[in-house]
Amino acid sequence: MAKLIVTTRDGDTQEIDGETGISLMEVLRDNDFDLAAICGGMCSCATCHVYIDHAWVEKTGKREDDEQDLLQELDSFQAATSRLSCQIEFTDELDGLEVTIAPDE
Amino acid sequence: MAETIVIIGAGQAAAQAVQTLRSKGSDAAIILIGDEAYLPYDRPPLSKALLAGEIEIEKLFFKKASYYEEKGVDVRLGVRAEAIDRAAKKVTLSDGEPVTYDHLIIATGSRVRRLSLPGSDLAGIHYLRDIADVLAIRDELKAGTQLAIVGAGYIGLEVAAVARKLGAIVTVIEAMDRVMNRVAAEPISHFYQDVHREAGVDIRLGTGISGFEGDERVKAVRLADGSHIAADMVVVGIGILPNVELALDAGLEIANGIVVDEFARTSDPYVYAAGDCTNHPNAILGERLRLESVQNAVSQGKAAALSILGQPEVYAEVPWFWSDQYDLKLQIAGLSQPTDEVVLRGDPQSRKFSAAYLRDGVFVAINVINNMKDFLPAKKLIAERRVVDRSKLSDPEISLKDL
Repeated sequence: MAKLIVTTRDGDTQEIDGETGISLMEVLRDNDFDLAAICGGMCSCATCHVYIDHAWVEKTGKREDDEQDLLQELDSFQAATSRLSCQIEFTDELDGLEVTIAPDE
Repeated sequence: MAETIVIIGAGQAAAQAVQTLRSKGSDAAIILIGDEAYLPYDRPPLSKALLAGEIEIEKLFFKKASYYEEKGVDVRLGVRAEAIDRAAKKVTLSDGEPVTYDHLIIATGSRVRRLSLPGSDLAGIHYLRDIADVLAIRDELKAGTQLAIVGAGYIGLEVAAVARKLGAIVTVIEAMDRVMNRVAAEPISHFYQDVHREAGVDIRLGTGISGFEGDERVKAVRLADGSHIAADMVVVGIGILPNVELALDAGLEIANGIVVDEFARTSDPYVYAAGDCTNHPNAILGERLRLESVQNAVSQGKAAALSILGQPEVYAEVPWFWSDQYDLKLQIAGLSQPTDEVVLRGDPQSRKFSAAYLRDGVFVAINVINNMKDFLPAKKLIAERRVVDRSKLSDPEISLKDL
């Protein structure tokens, strides 16, 4: 388990203990955050879009080409912080990670 | 006393309805009735990662058992709903006492279309719709297995791709003259045929079948012309049918699916329906649809929940789908027709291209192959029913956002 701080679309911030070794999308889904994640983690739909807090961007790694190509077409895309949460593995190294769920499009 | 919401079916639409109800603060008693042995799960990986043995079954569950316990959802698995008595607001179950509801969501989904030909009941002939089906197929599918696949739609082709990866000898038999005939234009079909043939799949197009040979277990597929294809096992993927019988027997209106409005409401104010089993109006496309897709199940499950909560929201989206075969990610948005004009963006040889569909000049659908950047802008163009410039459209260097 590792700490995860999530700001929802309503602007509420919640701190949870998330299971590690699974994707960030799965952690958010398991904890009942409002995140569609329709394609189930296949990097096919961009409905699990989150913003990573600036301090954590480097630790969460880089976007792969597919992820970049999908994300950059969203109106809500932010070049520095946008990620598909299904493409980030939640690990102990990310203990304390802060993310914001992006608007639904 | 709090109300009771009964949900018949425990698939994607049902899971979404539960999630929306609870996350929006509903304190209703929720009873979820599913005829499979498993908690609600993600079906698309069945013909992909689960069949390939790349993921565990537990990975497919949308929520763990603890979620349903914590949220006070009474999940009844392995139980069938046998009848709906709308006058008494009661559902009869295969197991135990009937349950009564204040609101009912019918999310019964769909089932595979089955063949009824000589030999159709032989052992070794499989269909693929649920976890149990995949486990049975996996038990028999090994390197060197002679696998015959009947039907070259998404399921048939996804199974072919996985089976080749596992080292099986694969023949795909398709009655039409090209693969994915129902969902894609000729250039896309030809591209996928080439990919599968290069991967070693024997694709037989325009080929009807007349039955199966074998004593207890299948040994061969008999073709319409009298010839045979040897097979240790068969997977049949010839489409699905909506499960409307419960609703029909309950006197609800059925017209190629359970008839609902844009809020997932049936004609009975206490009964809603969501997912594959419904027929609903789509304001964007201006027609009624019965869709077989995750996107529809999720959005309609949510719509049903919001209606029950008294916060109705219109469901009107561009339908979208996806399919993974080999290294190819196919995304489809909109509903194309065989008479649509097809404009290619990029060269299929590069394995990264799109096919746009125009109807009277209006952008109505797209197939995106490994070309993710086209997908979301295309969905918007389709939603806006945009008339687009063909010469710009055919230039893959011009972003769809700039049309």
